[in-house]
Amino acid sequence: MSKVFSFHGGIHPPGNKKRSTRAAIGKAPLPKTLVVPMQQHIGGPADPLVKIGDQVLKGQLIAEPISRISAAIHAPTSGKVVDVAAYPIPHASGLSEECIVIESDGEDRWIEHQGLDDYRQLRRQDLIEHIRNCGIAGMGGAGFPTDVKLHLSEDHIVNTLIINAAECEPYITADDMLMRERAHEVLGGIEIIAHLLRPSHVLIGIEDNKPNAIHALEAVLKDTELNIDIVVVPTKYPSGGERQLIKLLTDLEVPSGRIPADIGIVCQNVGTTAAVYRAVHYGEPLISRIVTVTGDAVLHPRNLETLIGTPFSTLLEACDLRPEALSKLVMGGPMMGVTVENDQIPVIKTTNCLIAATAQEMPLAPPAQACIRCGMCEQACPAELLPQQLYWFAKGREFDKAKHHNLFDCIECGACAYVCPSNIPLVQYYRYAKSEIRTEQRDQQKADHARQRFEARQARLEREVAEKEARRKARAEEAAKAQQQKAATQSDASPQPAAAAEPDAKQLKTAAAVARTKLKKAQKAYDEAVGTNADNLAELEAALNDARSKAEAAEKALAAGAPATEEGSGDDLKQLKVAAAVARTKLKKAQDALKNAEDKGLDGVDKLRATLVTLENKAEEAQQAYEQAANKPASPSPAPTEEKPAEVDIKALKQQVSIMRTKLKKAESALDGCEDEAEIARMKTEVNELKQRFEQATAEFDKAEQALIERAAKSGIDLKQLRIDAAMARAAVTKGERSLSKADNDDERSQIEQELTSARAKADELNLTLSQYE
Amino acid sequence: MALIRLSSPHVSKANSTANVMRLVLIATLPGILAMTFFFGWGTLIQIALACSLALAFEAAALKLRKRPLGFFLSDGSALVTAILLAVAIPPFSAWWVTATGIFFAIVIAKHLYGGLGNNPFNPAMVAYALLLVSFPVEMTRWTSPMTQHGGGWEIAGFIDTLQAIFGSVDAVFYDSFTGATPLDVLKHRGGLTTEELWRQSDVLSSGVGAWYAVSAAWFMGGIFLLSRKIFTWHAPLSMLIALFLTASAFYGFDPDNYVNPVVHLSVGATMLGAFFIATDPVTSATSNKGKMVFGALLGVLIYVIRTWGNYPDAVAFAVLLMNLCAPFIDQYTQPRSFGHTRANRGMKGKNQ
Repeated sequence: MSKVFSFHGGIHPPGNKKRSTRAAIGKAPLPKTLVVPMQQHIGGPADPLVKIGDQVLKGQLIAEPISRISAAIHAPTSGKVVDVAAYPIPHASGLSEECIVIESDGEDRWIEHQGLDDYRQLRRQDLIEHIRNCGIAGMGGAGFPTDVKLHLSEDHIVNTLIINAAECEPYITADDMLMRERAHEVLGGIEIIAHLLRPSHVLIGIEDNKPNAIHALEAVLKDTELNIDIVVVPTKYPSGGERQLIKLLTDLEVPSGRIPADIGIVCQNVGTTAAVYRAVHYGEPLISRIVTVTGDAVLHPRNLETLIGTPFSTLLEACDLRPEALSKLVMGGPMMGVTVENDQIPVIKTTNCLIAATAQEMPLAPPAQACIRCGMCEQACPAELLPQQLYWFAKGREFDKAKHHNLFDCIECGACAYVCPSNIPLVQYYRYAKSEIRTEQRDQQKADHARQRFEARQARLEREVAEKEARRKARAEEAAKAQQQKAATQSDASPQPAAAAEPDAKQLKTAAAVARTKLKKAQKAYDEAVGTNADNLAELEAALNDARSKAEAAEKALAAGAPATEEGSGDDLKQLKVAAAVARTKLKKAQDALKNAEDKGLDGVDKLRATLVTLENKAEEAQQAYEQAANKPASPSPAPTEEKPAEVDIKALKQQVSIMRTKLKKAESALDGCEDEAEIARMKTEVNELKQRFEQATAEFDKAEQALIERAAKSGIDLKQLRIDAAMARAAVTKGERSLSKADNDDERSQIEQELTSARAKADELNLTLSQYE
Repeated sequence: MALIRLSSPHVSKANSTANVMRLVLIATLPGILAMTFFFGWGTLIQIALACSLALAFEAAALKLRKRPLGFFLSDGSALVTAILLAVAIPPFSAWWVTATGIFFAIVIAKHLYGGLGNNPFNPAMVAYALLLVSFPVEMTRWTSPMTQHGGGWEIAGFIDTLQAIFGSVDAVFYDSFTGATPLDVLKHRGGLTTEELWRQSDVLSSGVGAWYAVSAAWFMGGIFLLSRKIFTWHAPLSMLIALFLTASAFYGFDPDNYVNPVVHLSVGATMLGAFFIATDPVTSATSNKGKMVFGALLGVLIYVIRTWGNYPDAVAFAVLLMNLCAPFIDQYTQPRSFGHTRANRGMKGKNQ
């Protein structure tokens, strides 16, 4: 016998265990429908492999693990899959999760399965894989996938394997009964796990309130070659807590934030060992477990071998529930168990107990009184914390202090709340504080990400501007050189053809924008297709690549053409003026926004400031460009002066046309309503005159417009298309603004903001171009 | 089926604040009986008066603060405060002395700070200090123990005591029934050595036994509470040990001018202070380590104030000074949590 050490604190609540150990383990009735949740373990939920309508056999794999920490799920009985949807699961949140619902065919027909002949001959890797395929997860409470723990000997030195048979929570006797009746399975499982982990020593920690189980274990241990010791520990809650049990058996403390394997220890629950035994020797996956059904509201409390997915109501009926007496239904023990609100919730791999409690048995907590700092919680805390200080910090939202007082070492065992004379729900306060701190951390991370993204973008934009500038300079130099050479070789060559051959910047810009939009669309379609696993993926991909290359080509052409053209043709003075004005307005707006933000101490100040700086630069640039252009009197081409009148006219003409149309209509309706002959004749001539004038105006307008379109076409722009584009761009901006106001998280918002900025730029650009031609 | 969802744990120990207070009240019984036996009816009358006033003030304060009356009145904390103050003041104190003290304890020291659990200072000690500073004559006119009065075993009658408290009595009454306490005598020694004092003073030579007995009674009550795990041994034991060691050091160095450490432990309010005041959870340090520091400093302060201060007894002032230090002590005496190599100190640590 090994020495027993002790841990700080702990409590001695009434055990209430005897009532459910009188009867042997029974078999729970086969329910009509079984609801099998995809998340019964810690880690990622399993991924369903069956569809509605599929026939399944008992033990058939129906959901596979999707990540390293996850567990396979098997059909608990034979029957038909009738639904794959969200159903309430046994969880403190009371939320629903994805479940596979199986309608039992009553035959309980097994799929073909067989155990491993001699697991010792197998490679360890394969044996662990076999256990993983059987969906074994810790059956003590947390449900940690067992195979992950069995890998631990690969990167840790495992000296001691501890089998947790303490079962310290009141009421629960599932492990007790398992050891009494199936001690050989427990031992068999221990041998398999020991074979995998190769510890030098195996310790079974068991509380002294289970003498029969201890005898049963001792009896089977006589035949084993393993170095196993049963360590009987005094009954004290929470001696079954992993860290507490390790302290009890080895006097070692698992360092905060580390796992037992870091100090050479691996813990397994005694129920898990039996499941491993059945998986290895019989090839049976984990589809049933022993559940203690107890509490004052059932007449015959006992342990039942229950299929996973069996609704609680089936178990309660099997133990003769008195529905009128039931007030609380607890899954797990009274200290850390979860209350459930309805009895249709299914048994999962971690459901070790079901307590149907009466109102007398588990009365509602009386109203909490003031904390008198009596310190009883401190004496009870197994994690050696200062529960009452944590309570004050949680209540006062002083989370830094709570963290400093090691809030996250709290195991939520409930010992403090149990002893509190003021009936303060202490654990609830700690859960609240923990979740608040986690939320804060998540928000902080998000903010950091957004900031990094923004800074990266800012850096990228600056780099791009610098690169552009450098390219422009290089090209200008080259052009100057070429010019000089040309001038030297061919003094009388006209510059006209060269200018004409120069690609039109605007056209290129439009082409590039169109290509970009197409690319985006293609990308979106592709993403959607990937999301939904559509069939035409390859096709879309090809389209996407095509669009991408087109966009790149357009972009390249633009980059090559734009600066040269800008220089070559000489900027339109008006355009520059407008651009400068727009930039100034934007700058002013940004300044106002910044001031507003600073006054209110809003979060985005830094961001706004950065934006402001960029805008200032832009405004300056625009102003400079404008001044430069304005000071260059030699450059204006004759064209604008020629076209100016037409520009002014087009609006007037349009107005004229509409006026004429109205007049004509009026006259016509007057004519219809008139009965006097003489009047009619006079009016008719009037109408005819008006008609003529209207036609004339229309013709004039058409001509002017045609001229405009021609002029636009000359510079490569389809005016109609331009108008449509401008309208669409404006609509995109409005839409973006609307969705920004609706966006509810930072990620989304920053994305939308980016999109909005580009949309705005585009709209501005188009409007500008449009204003030039109208 | 109307099932409810609640946060675990789903069971709790049958315990309540009222129960804690009730046990404290029971633990005061030996002390009260001993005081009544040696100093007369005054103690009981003061307790009755103080308790009824305390409940009245508590109810009024709760009413003004719009708190449920029955819920808070039944927690018994006001009664504990009242009894602690009532046994601390002289048994013949006039009713208005008690009333002022209770008002101050309940309304000012407790409810103005937010009620039970939120008061930084022990209400009874705040009130006692106020009374001692405000009414020094009344507060130092302690009743003589019965063994000392003349040749017989006489204590003041019930009616006389009532008159002394609620009406007025001749000065003769005070002359015959009150006198200096041992600590008074030892303080105002007038050039005599400690040994000479013990021979010359009536109180010291024949009356000090009564004080010893009362201290023993408080000690018994304290042991009872300790056995019921109402508080831990840390604060009282460290206080007594610190007082004893400090006193021993000075006594061993100069026994003529300093008082025997055993006397320090067994006269005045030492035992009452150790088991009923220093253990007040609301106003003392939190952790076990913190309680030890709290108790030890308290013991040293009591000795310092008794020996060199202006007032004969020092428990109230020492406790108030230590109440002031408790939050600070808390910051530096966090326990080492499970799985940690060392305890965190201060408010912000490395593991931030």
